[in-house]
Amino acid sequence: MPTFVHTDKCDGCKGGQVTACMYICPNDLMKLDTTRMKAFNQEPEQCWECQCCVKACPQQAIEVRAFQDWVPMGGAAIPLRTDNAIMWTIKFRDGEIKRFKFPVRTTPVGSIDPYGNKPQAGDLKDQRFFTEDGKDLPRPA
Amino acid sequence: MSEPSFGNPEIVEIDTDILLVGGGMAACGAAYEAKRWAGDKLKITLVDKAAMDRSGAVAMGLSAINTYLGENTPEDYCRYVSADLMGITRDDLVYDVGRHVDGTVHLFEEWGLPIWKEMEGGRVDGASWQKQGGLPLKDGGKPVRSGRWQIMINGEGYKTIVAEAAKKALGMENIYERVFIVKYLLDANEPNRIAGAVGFSVREHKLYVFRAKAILNVAGGAVNVFRPRSTGEGMGRVWYPVWNAGSTYAMAAEVGAELTMMENRFVPTRFKDGYGPVGAWFLLFKSKATNAFGEDYVVKNAEMLKDFAPYDKAFVVPSCLRNHAMLKEMKDGRGPILMDTPTAMKKLAETLTPKEVKHLEAEAWEDFLDMCIGQAGVWAGLNIRPEQQVSELIPTEPYLLGSHSGCCGIWVSGPEDVAPPEWQWGYNRMTTVNGLFTAGDGVGASGHKFSSGSHTEGRIAGKSMVKFVLEHADYKPALKGDIKEITEEIYRPVRNYFEHKDKTTAEDVNPYYITPRMFQMRLQKIMDEYVAGVATYYQTNGEMLKRATHYLTLLKEDSANMRAKDLHELMRAWENYHRLWTGEAHMRHIHFREETRYPGFYYRADYPQLDDANWKVFVNSRFDPETKTWALKKVPHKDLVPKTYGAAKH
Repeated sequence: MPTFVHTDKCDGCKGGQVTACMYICPNDLMKLDTTRMKAFNQEPEQCWECQCCVKACPQQAIEVRAFQDWVPMGGAAIPLRTDNAIMWTIKFRDGEIKRFKFPVRTTPVGSIDPYGNKPQAGDLKDQRFFTEDGKDLPRPA
Repeated sequence: MSEPSFGNPEIVEIDTDILLVGGGMAACGAAYEAKRWAGDKLKITLVDKAAMDRSGAVAMGLSAINTYLGENTPEDYCRYVSADLMGITRDDLVYDVGRHVDGTVHLFEEWGLPIWKEMEGGRVDGASWQKQGGLPLKDGGKPVRSGRWQIMINGEGYKTIVAEAAKKALGMENIYERVFIVKYLLDANEPNRIAGAVGFSVREHKLYVFRAKAILNVAGGAVNVFRPRSTGEGMGRVWYPVWNAGSTYAMAAEVGAELTMMENRFVPTRFKDGYGPVGAWFLLFKSKATNAFGEDYVVKNAEMLKDFAPYDKAFVVPSCLRNHAMLKEMKDGRGPILMDTPTAMKKLAETLTPKEVKHLEAEAWEDFLDMCIGQAGVWAGLNIRPEQQVSELIPTEPYLLGSHSGCCGIWVSGPEDVAPPEWQWGYNRMTTVNGLFTAGDGVGASGHKFSSGSHTEGRIAGKSMVKFVLEHADYKPALKGDIKEITEEIYRPVRNYFEHKDKTTAEDVNPYYITPRMFQMRLQKIMDEYVAGVATYYQTNGEMLKRATHYLTLLKEDSANMRAKDLHELMRAWENYHRLWTGEAHMRHIHFREETRYPGFYYRADYPQLDDANWKVFVNSRFDPETKTWALKKVPHKDLVPKTYGAAKH
């Protein structure tokens, strides 16, 4: 189910070296065509359909089209993601549309303070994590 | 088409104390834990083939955390993992994950992961309980259990959250994204000691040479070693992440690390064609799976499963035995296998208000949309609505992994306070190569760690590595071999391309090189047809394996002739080299274990029985980097936690 890019919506991330989709694709599939300044999927048959690029695209220029060697035409699952929620539009082949919204995060993006309220490192020789300071670790009975 | 300056890479050399190779859950856990113990004393560097926000097996997200002990004990967890993996697991490693894992899940929740809660009046999603006076897990909040070990989450952003904590812990100046490590290097002076790693950027024309005192090898499991059931454009839509190329196993094996249980594989039964998860359907929605005629295949074939006693009497019938019963129906012509979603939803709806029914429908879709969007696409394209139509299930192609429901991987030292002497050599999660550690999919003979357990195991290894480096403070890495030669070897596919590309009029068909894509297809065909893939209903025998050995040897010879026309293809070339090594290790182990331990995952047709008397042992293998030969052996198994099946002890 490879991604495709709408020609009229993609702006090549305005001439940046790396587009948002290139930056994020876990499988290094999205590529910028530097002549047209448009992104494309360089290896569609290796697409996992994770939609990471679709969610990251600032122009909503990317969609996934089902793999045609099996799936009949016309269906789609389209996300619209904000920092704390994701909205999905499911389009069935027969035209019905369903919409769902799910939370994705309960804290502001960038707000994690990894060690802020946590204990200092304790004894390197025991088996406890630094967050388990003072805890008795069980062992098999 | 190749890029302009392609072919003349800059060589970048970097010194670090600890090198984390990978950016998934285990690497993020290691970064978080190791940095706290190291403080400013040690330099910690992380290298990821992709971008950490969306790398590894959790890139797309997850709809559940599959390892949260809660009211269960680590002993219970050992029993469950052992039973599902047919009795041969390391209790020390499993117990160790079990005793730490809940605290890790509590961190995820603190960082912002929405975890569903049971509240008065029913279950609520992970962002609503806060407004209704609910509590986080650590303060007694009740998770929504979809099974004894699983809890439901709104996990689309799971990896972005975990990555943020790891990135902040290490600092972005210590993280190299889009750099693919392809080989580890041993020390020039000290035998069997890791000293560095080499790889390349898939963005810039740079080769990287890292010198490190300790390395964490956490580059995921192995996908697409076998020919997938999917075809054409769908070939990337596999179950586990398509970018997991077995690098963890291949790179460790090449430097002589001992592997364990590489014969084990996982053949997940999933929604057909989209690979959608079945766990929530079985456990949360109480759906039943049957053959085409409505018969429960596990109940129907219970008598046949007795051949694999006592494991057929496990509290939950092991995954491979459920597959075994399913395959019986398929082979006897009673397929397809069906998941009866309409009956399950109808039954649940009987006691629900219309609003709650709508919520239930959303939950069913979210299960796919959080972690397997492709299945939602398959349903949409086929006009399947789970409340109206049944769906097909099918056992997939085999996968090699150590963190999910499989246990292949690397032999590691166990926790000092739990492991018996023969299972520990000083540093928790260190492989048999000094200074080389692993976690998650890399650790063999455990399994069922999943996302939370892999992060936890990364934390265990992270702390252990800091201890190792501080206790070997005088060590200075000296790389074995000539750097120029090693980097040339990495770049050989590029050299092959430039040397030969103009000799034919179409560059993809050329007698002087093989494209990584064809190389991968050849590997997949060999594995599928000779090493118990879907083509033979997962059956093989000694004769087929001898042929596989021959064909894989020829393929290995041809690996030196792969071509790379750009950096992307160079990445594919090395990924497929790693797949080859992983496939070879898997094949050798299957050949060595003369029994059928995992029916439903694979069958040794010449040894069709389970043979606890001779084979309730680990199988370990080692490739000797000096002699370039493999040696396999039995390693005695023992239970540290007593196991019972039905009423009987085992």
